[in-house]
Parts: sequence; C-alpha cells; structure tokens
Amino acid sequence: MTLLSVRDLSVAIHGRPVLNRVSFDLAPGEVFGLVGESGSGKSMTALAVMGLLPHGAEVGGQATLAGTGLIGLPERRMCALRGREIGLIFQEPMTALNPMQTIGDQVAETLLIHGAASRGEALRVARQRLDRVGLAGERFPLERFPHELSGGQRQRVCIAMAIALRPKLLIADEPTTALDVTTQAQILDLLRGLVAEEGMGLMLITHDLAVVAGLATHVAVMQAGRIVEAGPTETVFRTRADAYTRALFAAAHHVPRRTPRIGSRPMLTVDRALRRYPLARRPFAPPRFFDAVKAVSLRLNAGESLGLVGESGSGKSTLARAVLGLDPLQGGAIRLFGEHPVGPRMPDALRAGLQAVFQDPYGSFNPRWRVARLVAEPFHLMPAPPADAAERVAAALTDVGLRPEDGQRFIHEFSGGQRQRIAIARALITRPEVIVLDEAVSALDVRVRAQILDLLCDLQDRHGLSYLFISHDLSVVRAITDRVLVMQAGQIVEEGPTDRVLDAPEHPYTRELVAATPKIPPGWMEDDDAA
Amino acid sequence: MPRYLLSRLGSLVLSLVVASVVIFVVVQVIPGDPATFMMGLNATPDTVEALRHSLGLTGPLPLRYLHWVGGMLTGDLGTSYTYRVPVAGLVLQRLQVSLPLTVYAMVLSSLLAFPAGMLAAARRGRGADLAVMGATQLGVAVPNFWFAMLLVIVFALRLRWLPAGGFPGWGGGLWPGLRGLTLPAVALALPQAAILTRVMRSALIETLSQDFIRTARAKGLSQGQAVRRHGLRNALIPVLTILGLQFSFLLAGAIIIENVFYLPGLGRLIFQGITQRDLIVVQSVVMLLVAAVIVVNFAVELAYALVDPRLRR
Repeated sequence: MTLLSVRDLSVAIHGRPVLNRVSFDLAPGEVFGLVGESGSGKSMTALAVMGLLPHGAEVGGQATLAGTGLIGLPERRMCALRGREIGLIFQEPMTALNPMQTIGDQVAETLLIHGAASRGEALRVARQRLDRVGLAGERFPLERFPHELSGGQRQRVCIAMAIALRPKLLIADEPTTALDVTTQAQILDLLRGLVAEEGMGLMLITHDLAVVAGLATHVAVMQAGRIVEAGPTETVFRTRADAYTRALFAAAHHVPRRTPRIGSRPMLTVDRALRRYPLARRPFAPPRFFDAVKAVSLRLNAGESLGLVGESGSGKSTLARAVLGLDPLQGGAIRLFGEHPVGPRMPDALRAGLQAVFQDPYGSFNPRWRVARLVAEPFHLMPAPPADAAERVAAALTDVGLRPEDGQRFIHEFSGGQRQRIAIARALITRPEVIVLDEAVSALDVRVRAQILDLLCDLQDRHGLSYLFISHDLSVVRAITDRVLVMQAGQIVEEGPTDRVLDAPEHPYTRELVAATPKIPPGWMEDDDAA
Repeated sequence: MPRYLLSRLGSLVLSLVVASVVIFVVVQVIPGDPATFMMGLNATPDTVEALRHSLGLTGPLPLRYLHWVGGMLTGDLGTSYTYRVPVAGLVLQRLQVSLPLTVYAMVLSSLLAFPAGMLAAARRGRGADLAVMGATQLGVAVPNFWFAMLLVIVFALRLRWLPAGGFPGWGGGLWPGLRGLTLPAVALALPQAAILTRVMRSALIETLSQDFIRTARAKGLSQGQAVRRHGLRNALIPVLTILGLQFSFLLAGAIIIENVFYLPGLGRLIFQGITQRDLIVVQSVVMLLVAAVIVVNFAVELAYALVDPRLRR
C-alpha cells in the first residue's frame, strides 16, 4: 500500500523548469530520503506536494496522498489537508516559530484551525505532544515563548506542531542541518521513534548522506530537478549505478592528498587566553561576567593544520576573533611568529601575515566592487600597495583556480564555491603565513567542499601555510588537519593527533561528539575505501 | 517586566528633568532680557524692572528654576502677561479642543490605514496595492490645509452637512462638539493615514516573508488567516512607533488646521504667545508639550512590551 505516490511531477517557475518528471512512492511507516545538493529540487518537491509553491509556478504530473489527488486541488481543500494529513518541518527552527506567541498556543493552533478540538482540549493535546517530543511540562510549560528555548528545543516544538493531529505523512526539510551534532542525534532519534510509533510516513529531505543512511529505508538522489537514482538505501549506497551518485558519494568523504611538512617554528601561540564579557548589571549588585574563552592555550607550528572543533556556543569563534587580533584579551597572551603580541592595536604589517576566511563568502564582499579590487583589499595593510599589485591579484586568482580575467567581474556573477575561492585569494594576497579558516567550507555543497579542501591542501603545500581550521564538522576536520583541539564551554577538553582523538577519544565530551556524528555503515562504501 | 517598567520609568523622569532645564535655560538665561523683550524698545527702566519682578526674573537662577518646576507640579503655570489670567486655565481650555481633535484624527487615520495597509500587503504588486499606494502618494504630497479647504467647500458650503469652522464647546453635549471637529479631524487624518498605511504595508510585507508564516501555512492556515493570526502582531512595532510620533505631532502641530477652521487649540495659543511675546505662556506650554511627547513615548514603549514578549524582562 502506498501513502504518497508522486508521478511525473514537473514544476516550472515563471517558465524556468525546476522539477522534471519526478516520481516516487512512500509507504506508511517508511522513511524516504531525498538527497541532493542545493538547487537540486528537493525542497521544491516538498512544496509542490504541500501546494505551497511560490507565485508563478506551473505544476504538471500527479501527487496522490492516500487516494486523494493533491495537484490542482482547490486551496480550501488543500488547507484542510495541510497540518491534518501532512505535517511539515523546516530547517530553521530559530525563525520557524512566531516570536509573539507561546509555544502552547502555537501547537494548539494546529488543532484549532482544523476545528479538531475546543481550546481547552487543544491545549491539553498540545501538552501531550510537547511531552512526547521531549519537552516535559515542569521545565517547558505551555506559556513559554520561543525566545526562551534553544534551537534544538524549538525544533522539538515545530515537530510537536507538525504531529499534533497525527498526520499520515510527515515531511522534514533539512530538519537537523542548523543544529549541533549531539542535538541532531536526539532529533533524528525522535523522528525515528515517531515513525515507528505512529506508523506515519516520513519524507526526509537532506544534503547529508550519513543522516539518510542512518534513517531512511528508501532513498532517491536528485540532481537538477530530476531523480537520477532511487531504491532501497543500502542498495543505492552499495551500487551507485549513476555517475552523479558516484561523484556525490565520493565527494562526501573525500580526503585530500596531503604531505604535511610540519616545522618546529611556532607560528601562533596562545597562552592561557581569557575572553570575558560583562553581563547586564542589576542595580546595586556586583558586576557579573561571562567567560567565553577560559585560559585556552594552543600552539600552531609552521606548515601545520590545527583543527578546533566544538558545538555552537563553545567559544570557537570568540577564540578565532581574539586570534585575529579583533578583540582584546582579558588575560593571557597571543603571539604571532613566537614574539609579536596579537591584539586590536597590532601593527598592520603584522596583520598582513595573518589572514582569515569565513563561512559566508557573499556577506564578506562589497557587492559594488569588482573582484580584482576585493582581492586587493588587504594591500591597505601595507605601507604602500606593491608595484606589481595587478600581477599579484592575477596570480592569486590563478592560485585558487580562477582566471585573471575574472577580476573584472562582480561577486554576484560567481557561484558559492567560486566566491569562497575568491575569499581565499583575498586571504593569500598579502602572502600570509597563517590563515584562520572559520567554518570556511560549512556552507558549501559536498562536491564543491571537496574541491575547496583540495585547493586548501594544495596551497598549503606550495606556500608552506599554517592553518587554524575551525569547524563543527568532524569529517572535514579529520580530512584536513594534523592535530585537533576539542573545545567545550570555553575550555580545551582534549588535544592530540586528529586520527587518535577521533578514533579513540578520551574525554567524555569528545566521545559524545564522535558518537553523535552520523556515519554511513562501514561496509556500504567498500569499493570506495579500496580505491 | 518590572525591570523593563522601572528602567523605562527612570528614563521618563530623566528626560523630563533634562527637558525642563533646557527650556528654562533657553527662555530665561540665554542673552536678552525677557522683560525688555516683552515690553518693547520704548519701555522705561522702571516698568521693565517691575515686570522683571512680576515674572520672577529676580533672584538666583537655581531658585528660580525650582520655583518654576514646583509651580508646574502644583498646577501653577504662572500668569499670562497678555491675557492677565492664569496660564493653567488657558491651557486647560485649549486642551478641550486639541486633545479630542488629536484623538479623533488618530482614530480616523488608524481606521483608514490598518485595512488599507493590510490590503496592499496581501495584494502586493496587484491592482489593489497600486491603487492604495497611489492614494497614499497623493495623501503625503498634498498639504492638509488644501484638503481642509476642499472639505469645507464640499461638506460645509455645498452639502451643508457640517459647520465650516468654529467650535461650539462641549457644553451643548457630545454631538455638536464632534460635529465641529469632524472636518478638521478628517483634514488632519488624511496625510497621517497615508504615512501609516505605507508603514503598515511595508512592515506586513516584511513579516509575511518570515519563516513562521510558512510554518503557519503548513499547519493549514489560509493566507488570510496567517496574516491575521501571525502577521499583524509582528508588524505592529513600527506602526506603534509612527502612531506615537503622530500623536505628539498632532497635539500642537495642528496650528494651520486650527487657523483654517477657527479652532481655539493649543497650536494657536503658542503661536499667539510667541507673536505677543508672552514668554510665560510659551515657556509653560512648550514644557507641557515636551512632557506630553515624553509620556506618549513611554506609553508606546509599554505597548511594545505588551505586543512583543521578548521585551518583557
């Protein structure tokens, strides 16, 4: 018996095709994974099924939920289905809830809007559902507002909202992408439990192959609006019949070729660094502080890649800002090249030796400047721009795999991966020796990420760079770093060679992180491991 | 919430003190003797000195300031030089016109702007939106006294529905008073409604693109339900800000409209005070208006907290 049957679903938005004859089936109690890179049409498929496509969308084909045709259904009947028969969970729990309403009202609204219960009854069911998703009444009364909850807790509220009427089909669009790994593991557990208990079908949309491997019974791989390969999860993972699937899977656990040449010269030394923020003062009370980074020490040697992992709020980025000399320290010291103190008042010439690449390449560029000017920006750190500035910009662009002519174009003309290449070119232009990479590949699709990791390793090789590589993603850190530091609540809790720390973690927190990271079962990718 | 309330209340009191000092200094201390200024060039030194005394311009500055503030707190705003009556009475009389007129205009402008802004936001880019935006363009561009004259021509002179000017007072009951204020209130409300509509529309459009509206749709709310149940309240903060500004503006800023309709309002009182060099009136009325602005801002900030739970701490 099928719950959801999609046949030849095609969507064009203002004449531009985004879905091309997508077909799949989903049985009750089954988890169906839809994987692919950004722009492949995963979310569009979900929105088409929900009838929530943007204006100007033309839909062709069929989607049938338990015998009811969904495509072309009048809006009034679609409204009656949404929330009652189909529940939907989105990626961004921080913004998915109305900040002005209590969580109880928002969960109860699902029942009220469908006339399924009186207000009192709806609130009673809301309580039950919140209990079910792990928000127990004594800590999470119905009167709580979303801003009083963490991201993971908000995602639980969203799930409670989606399952309030026990829908037959639950669509989860990247439900854990914005969450920390330990939180992700809990949410995935919750979804798994709900499917088993309620017998609902779950359509799981994600870019993360390991998440799909751990949860989905069937999987379909999407590329450019088409399903290129589909089948039982293990079969798809083992056979990888389609060329795109093979490329995608290979990129997902791509390990760049590296030949580390680590010297003994210290490039960056952090000695018991303390970053302290004052908290809001109460009248007549002593001032209170929050220590975001507590007496952290580390040493980055010449030619070394040092990883720094931890969950959001652990102090990674605060430490990165201090290391870049953007914020003052309240204790301890940071030194560059063994001697020069790092801080907000460090000389520009020293800054030229220490550059950074951040997560969001687009946000860090002035959209009105041409790329050549963007890349040349760090020259202001030098007393005068070098005579061969234009040649150096061209060389930096070539270094990162772009053409010198690209310097005449604007940043919006480039893809996400190319923008990150430009950000790297900008970081290289002053010929620094140390580069801080703060979640530099986290926003990139897997295939692009693999290319950027290759590029970083190649540049390190050729220019003898030292990297401080900050990431929440253990697989990336494993691929590119020699040593790793694990940070929790402002402190380094474990430190050592990357393979040792990730294979045989000693600190309980590291163990928890490693255990929570989703993994593809070892046997599934055998021929790849052999290669 | 108590902390938010306390801190707002603290800043209310501080603003009042600072404003009173500034007004006091500007009127009394800064060069030019108010008494000479009021009496004109031909006054004899004796009469000027007598006036100085009656104005309370003698004695040390801090004492004079305290005397003035103390008087304000106890309802004694001094005596008008030109009218020869207590300023407090004058102000009260004028407020009976200005306050109802302001409230009337604000109610009218909100009644117009809320639905119009919601309609424009919901039909963004379509006919209804274009019509509403065109009308607001007109409302912002055309001066309100021109509207006022148009209203008089149509509703007072041609149709004879409403009086062309003057204010009968509240003695004859609510209805004659309201009738007298209707045309001026409409003239004041139209430009304000145009601005408010635009703010409402853009705030609502911004809110409608938020993720939680999509969540609401996924729960089964129709577009309209999502706007009413989730969009409106989130769009209210910028609208409240504008409402607060408009209230303070209308209270004393209606002077042109008061003149067009021969209304004895606060705006005209200040205008007359200034032209007749009646500094006692000017100083007290300006202080009252500043106090009104500060109190309205305080009320708006409390309203923010009522609307947005994130501000209640």
